[in-house]
Amino acid sequence: MLKKCVQNKNFMIGAVLLGILVLILAVSFFYLPYDPNGMNTQQKFQLPTPAHPLGTDNFGRDILSRVMKGSQSVFLVGFSSVGIGFLFGLLFGAAAGYLGGAVDEVLMRITDALMAFPGVILALVIITVSGSSTLHTAAALGVTAIPRFCRIARAGFLQIKEMDYVKAARSRGASPLRLMALHILPNMVSPLLVTASVGFAGAVLSEAGLSYLGLGIQPPEPSWGMMLFEAQAYLLSSPWYAFIPGCLITMMVLGFNLLGDGLRDVTDARTA
Amino acid sequence: MRAAFYLLKKLSSAAVTLFAISLLTFFAFQILPGDPAAIILGVDADPLQVQALSKQMGLDLPIQQRYFNWVGGLFSGNLGVSLRYQVPVMELIRDALPVTAGLTVLSLLITVVLVVPVSVYLAKNNNKKLATALSAVMQVGIAVPSFWLSILLILVFSVALRWLPSGDFIPFSQSFWGAVRSLVLPALSISIGTTAVVIRYLKNTLLDQMNMDYVRTARSKGLTRNAVLYRHVLKNALLPTVTILGMIAVEVLGGSIIIENVFNLPGIGRLLISGVGNRDFPLVQGLVFYLALTVVAINFLVDLLYAAIDPRIRIDR
Repeated sequence: MLKKCVQNKNFMIGAVLLGILVLILAVSFFYLPYDPNGMNTQQKFQLPTPAHPLGTDNFGRDILSRVMKGSQSVFLVGFSSVGIGFLFGLLFGAAAGYLGGAVDEVLMRITDALMAFPGVILALVIITVSGSSTLHTAAALGVTAIPRFCRIARAGFLQIKEMDYVKAARSRGASPLRLMALHILPNMVSPLLVTASVGFAGAVLSEAGLSYLGLGIQPPEPSWGMMLFEAQAYLLSSPWYAFIPGCLITMMVLGFNLLGDGLRDVTDARTA
Repeated sequence: MRAAFYLLKKLSSAAVTLFAISLLTFFAFQILPGDPAAIILGVDADPLQVQALSKQMGLDLPIQQRYFNWVGGLFSGNLGVSLRYQVPVMELIRDALPVTAGLTVLSLLITVVLVVPVSVYLAKNNNKKLATALSAVMQVGIAVPSFWLSILLILVFSVALRWLPSGDFIPFSQSFWGAVRSLVLPALSISIGTTAVVIRYLKNTLLDQMNMDYVRTARSKGLTRNAVLYRHVLKNALLPTVTILGMIAVEVLGGSIIIENVFNLPGIGRLLISGVGNRDFPLVQGLVFYLALTVVAINFLVDLLYAAIDPRIRIDR
């Protein structure tokens, strides 16, 4: 299957884009060119130079260092929210799909209700009550992601539950848990992975939006969304500042979207 | 009769969803950590003051009673009173609605106008280089954060070209076309992303349809490719697209929350964000429920539209 992935254009482009970002992330743990919060007002709004490859911002802080540090928060929020969504979505979806009946009905109504809240509203509710921080942002976006995973998991369980090999295993006395974990789950991993990849992209966009509004990751922790917000005030005098964070967010979202599309193409029975 | 049953089924489903939404909305503000009165008054507040505010907000009543009081209020159109503005939430919504509605409608219009021709072109010319290039542009369109797109659009259209205003919003009451002009850039920011998503979906649906047997039959009858496309394929492809349009309307609503803040439009989105910033619980609670209600209503209308267009829905179920 790996070979088919490598041959898929979408997957490879996505992988390359993400590879660059993961590289930035990895390096950021060991080396940052400057202190991300180190201000130097004499050097503000510099265009890219060898000393500052991405220029400086309104406080003279090195943009490259801020971007690198910011990548840590972005990946953290992305992984946490997809992790929470995946875990709980899978749990609820499995329960709904496998058990059926009243459990299914109740869980589906709750999922419908959760999906009725547009965009980042659920996240906003959680942030209103608990305050804004990286942790709350991740938790809030995780809750927002649960319904999507729940639906996919439920659909998978419903479909595979009726397959002959599952019935065969059941007739040999396998417990429900064993059936779910060993027989059903491995056969429905693909759509879940696709959802995870696209979900990561969505989480990144949502987090950037929340940080842009000042409700996500709080300063002095650098975040790409917050950098965009700060840049907007200086749009007419120094448009360069707004360019980089936006590019990076786009790159990350594009990367995960393409990766997910590639995975979908590879695992879709019709095109494989 | 069948149609009536379908309607009733969808209506009852919507009602149950609304009930679940009301539970979620209400209890989200109760079970999450943080005493609203204490949060509002701050860390150094006098405990007696906190108690008094709690009593005033009705926080000392048992939780079920508070829930029922709130739901009861909902039926009479009472969504609570904003702490900050000391004005009923419903009134604030009424003032903010025209802006958000205008923005949503304009975004949807732009989406609809762009989607059909581009999808049809992409489906017809699936293998040409231009189609691949366009698809790449679509991908980027989906990935670009809308608020960054707004910044870029402002740079291009307001600063460089001076075609459109980027400053204050001109209310509908003052000038209809002035208001529309103020909404163009925000609507573009939202609709570029949603257009890309719908185009991708419609193009794939069209391609799927074109592989079906009835297309082969129609062609073998002597119909040209174009005739088949427009008379049969497009109609069949538009059906699932109507469903996704409901999803898109929801996305647009969600997107408008951030975009209104970028362009400083006095709509519901900006109201919501300021409510979050001020920890104005009643305002946020009322707005969140209102928005969820709107989504359920949109989905219900989409179901109705779907049933009206596709007779199979009415007959089979």
